[in-house]
Amino acid sequence: MIPVEEVATNPVEPFLRMERIPHIWCPGCGIGTSVNSFTRALIESEADLNKIAIVSGIGCTGRVAGYMKLDSFHTTHGRAIPFATGLKLARPDLTVVVYSGDGDLFAIGGNHFIHAARRNIDLKVICVNNLIYAMTGGQAAPTTPVTAVSTTSPYGCYEPPFNLPYLAAAAGATYVARWTTFHVRQLARAMKEILRRKGFSFIEVISPCPTLYQRRNKMGDGLDAMKFYKEHSKVKNGAPTAEVGLDIAGDIIVGKFIEIERPSYADVMRHQLHARLGDRYACEEGAVCQ
Amino acid sequence: MAKGSVSIIVERCKGCAFCVEFCPTKVLALSSAFNAKGYHPPHVVAPEKCSGCDLCGMYCPDFAIYGYKIGKKESEAAA
Repeated sequence: MIPVEEVATNPVEPFLRMERIPHIWCPGCGIGTSVNSFTRALIESEADLNKIAIVSGIGCTGRVAGYMKLDSFHTTHGRAIPFATGLKLARPDLTVVVYSGDGDLFAIGGNHFIHAARRNIDLKVICVNNLIYAMTGGQAAPTTPVTAVSTTSPYGCYEPPFNLPYLAAAAGATYVARWTTFHVRQLARAMKEILRRKGFSFIEVISPCPTLYQRRNKMGDGLDAMKFYKEHSKVKNGAPTAEVGLDIAGDIIVGKFIEIERPSYADVMRHQLHARLGDRYACEEGAVCQ
Repeated sequence: MAKGSVSIIVERCKGCAFCVEFCPTKVLALSSAFNAKGYHPPHVVAPEKCSGCDLCGMYCPDFAIYGYKIGKKESEAAA
């Protein structure tokens, strides 16, 4: 007999569209764990939930926008950041979170990512990196490590993968961190930090993909991946991002790599237009103009 | 006297065992029973050890388990 108790409510449930639960993610998938951390960050940051919008693209992680009971939008493939950019420009009072996968943000939407980082648009980008295109059947993604087997690399992948923190930092992101789904508390703290700060912020969350990635590579199930993260993660805050690339079975460097201040897109735009147009430029209500 | 307790929503569980593995005080074990989906959900084997830290709730990808402090919950119920 299994004891069943349902006296209080799960702290996550007020943030979920419960009519859509149970979700479609596989047993052992880490996306749900990252959602737990995100809801803890929302609770702890005491943010006004009416002022938070969550935008996802397509993919397993793209489902997050559908499951979270926030203002959310599930965009076309790769276009989470363009949609979020428009949303942020039209409604500067909103905190816009982009919650999507590695394929959506760095392959199909890679160009949008680098330009949003370059412009320093005030977006909070959370990328759940499962190292593969999972929803479409396990094709090699730009993050698939060298020698990993996937449906489009049956003899082992030989393309060098992206090092996401390095890419984000080079493109101009003002906050770059990486955690795994094993580091739930650290991840929640990082998410809380980016919810509170301004500027383009990026968190990479390494997540298990037992069905598509680990099964073909004989890496066991989700729990084996979590144990691997526990044993092979090295916390190095402030590590040079060039040195944090991922190998198929190597150590995972985690931590907060970059936190800098840079004028955001909206600030620079207002400054420039005021300088050129003077009083003819009417900036939006409540904005602080120089 | 246990400081906390866990609540398990059995039918939502997919048996990944994250909660069993990462419970700091080893309160849980996978049950031999099945839920309706055919997974083995966890059950409480050492209730007296539970500190109510809710780490199981933070790990659970299926939102099927959560821990709570016993004293805190009772005071919330009273209020």
